[in-house]
Amino acid sequence: MRHILRRIIFYLVALWASITLNFFIPRLAPGNPAQALLGRFERQGAISPSALKALQTAFGIDTHDPLWVQYFGYLHNLLSGNLGLSFTYYPMGVVDVISQDIRWSLVLGSVSVLISFSLGCLIGIFMAWRRGSLFDATISPLMTFISAIPYFWLALIILYVFGFRLGWFPFSDGYDTTLNIGWTPEFITSAIYHAILPALTLVISSIAGWMLVMRNSMITTLSEDYILMAQAKGLSSRRIMFAYAARNAILPNVTGFALAIGFVVSGQLLTEIVFSYPGIGFSLLQAVQGQDYPLLQGIFLVIAIAVMGANFLADMLYVVLDPRVRVDREAA
Amino acid sequence: MKESSLPQQSTEHKKSTPAGESGIVLNTGSGAVATYVSPTGLPLDAPPYLRFFGGLRNLWTRITFNRKVLLGTCIVGFFVLIAIIGPLFIRQDPNTLSTLSNAAPSLAHPLGTTTLGQDIFSQLIVGTRTSIFWGFLTGFLVTVVSVVVGLISGYSGGLIDEMLSLLTNVFLVLPALPLAIVLASYFPRGPLTIALVITFTSWAWGARVLRSQTLSMRNREFVAAARASGENWWRIIFFEIFPNEISIVAANFVSTTLYVILAEASLEFLGLGNATTVSWGSLFYWAQKDDALFLGLWWWFVPPGLCIALLGAGLALINNGIDEVADPRLRSEPMPKTSRKGKVAAA
Repeated sequence: MRHILRRIIFYLVALWASITLNFFIPRLAPGNPAQALLGRFERQGAISPSALKALQTAFGIDTHDPLWVQYFGYLHNLLSGNLGLSFTYYPMGVVDVISQDIRWSLVLGSVSVLISFSLGCLIGIFMAWRRGSLFDATISPLMTFISAIPYFWLALIILYVFGFRLGWFPFSDGYDTTLNIGWTPEFITSAIYHAILPALTLVISSIAGWMLVMRNSMITTLSEDYILMAQAKGLSSRRIMFAYAARNAILPNVTGFALAIGFVVSGQLLTEIVFSYPGIGFSLLQAVQGQDYPLLQGIFLVIAIAVMGANFLADMLYVVLDPRVRVDREAA
Repeated sequence: MKESSLPQQSTEHKKSTPAGESGIVLNTGSGAVATYVSPTGLPLDAPPYLRFFGGLRNLWTRITFNRKVLLGTCIVGFFVLIAIIGPLFIRQDPNTLSTLSNAAPSLAHPLGTTTLGQDIFSQLIVGTRTSIFWGFLTGFLVTVVSVVVGLISGYSGGLIDEMLSLLTNVFLVLPALPLAIVLASYFPRGPLTIALVITFTSWAWGARVLRSQTLSMRNREFVAAARASGENWWRIIFFEIFPNEISIVAANFVSTTLYVILAEASLEFLGLGNATTVSWGSLFYWAQKDDALFLGLWWWFVPPGLCIALLGAGLALINNGIDEVADPRLRSEPMPKTSRKGKVAAA
């Protein structure tokens, strides 16, 4: 229990740190870029006084309030769910932009993570089982190479080959833009069709990690005495492989899986950009190019919260799955 | 100096050590003699510089046994060589414009030209220098921060350790790339900004590893001896403990540099680099901006990615090899049944 409490306090501190970092970055930046943003907002005209005030609180411009007053104003805005206005998507609020995008990112990301996790674990199991075989010997270096590829480049190549050269898949967007968004069969098939290439990129770029961890953990497990015992008993190799070895070796990957859920959003930012997929990554690009600081910081905050939540989940999962952690950490 | 860094010659430094036996000999009072050897195989009281180079040398001899590391080192060495001498053969500024727009590869332009008529091949070569230089420099910076935080945290203990560990753990859970993007977009564009931003966001992993390593070392006798002889804390940390951790630091540097090169390319691809600096990342940026993909100009965006992937694979091979040296169970050693195949597999 003490361990869990410690973790909860830690994640609260981490959350506070990321919020505070978010507060100070614009105030420390040279040349006052936020002031320029405000100027652009005003030139665009028609910005309500309350929205202007909110922007001023968020970035600390045109204000003579001491820093701590600004800080509490910022916290107040944050707690009431107000992340300010987006410049690029004006007059939409940052919260609206993000909540619209995040659905696309979440669906694409979680499906890819699931596929990549199950496929990667399975291949890893076989690699360890047939260690030293041709299969293991060819896959390992191949995966080393793949894991070193910048994944936005992989996305470019896949888009070039399957989208441009072969013309099998569409270039951009998350669905056929002539259709209305809704739970119609046409829309769903078009959404799946558009998601295949981005998902393929995500699976290829992340599968190596699952495989290598699974392989290495499996190799360690295979040298345990109970495996030898199972073999001596004459159990079928399939049973030993899955029910004895893999079941124990999968632990590091399960916690890794919890972490991966948190990285669903941040891990696919660049892939979405290459495929012009309507997720968070695409908005991030817009925000970077348009120097849309409210949106940029809102996206960072959302990703930070997601990642921390997943880390917390992984921690808890580890405590549940591995009793040794409970004992060790209680003692420490 | 090379010879004296061998363990056998250690008797030169410590006369009381029996010949042929390396390490400090402590008389534990009861007459029993215990020998302590640093992880580098050198006696722990050898001068710091000797242990430093001894550690590197030890790492080197151990890794060159491993073919993965050898191959990786060759690949990385090749790119470093290109980065050093390549640009000397490029006669013109890689940003020189010409009227030849979007040309296909030819003898004059081995990788074609950009939309503005710049020669892509010279951009690639000059970009190699930029990317390698900044990649290794940033990797070095990250490692320095990791070493300083990790060692001070692990050695100090108490409140300082609590605070530094908390800081390290917070930075571990902060999403590095999004934070780097936010930071980079506020500061003036350029390689230095990117280097600093990546350093700020990615030192925590190394710091954690080095902290736990230092924790296990702070109560060893050689540290106690240094403390007893009145050395101040920073000398103990950086001249007594640090040289013994050099192989971990080196492994950490390799994996960090791999991450850094990918992260730098990503940030530049997003347009957060300086648009006039030629690098691998900026090649991507311009290729994407000028729709190289939809014009079918694969020779624009494929080569820089291939360079990053190859260099990255080289670094990853070195890193995997070091892992295998550290954890022998991971080696793909010949299994009894398939010993012939196994040897091939080890390649």
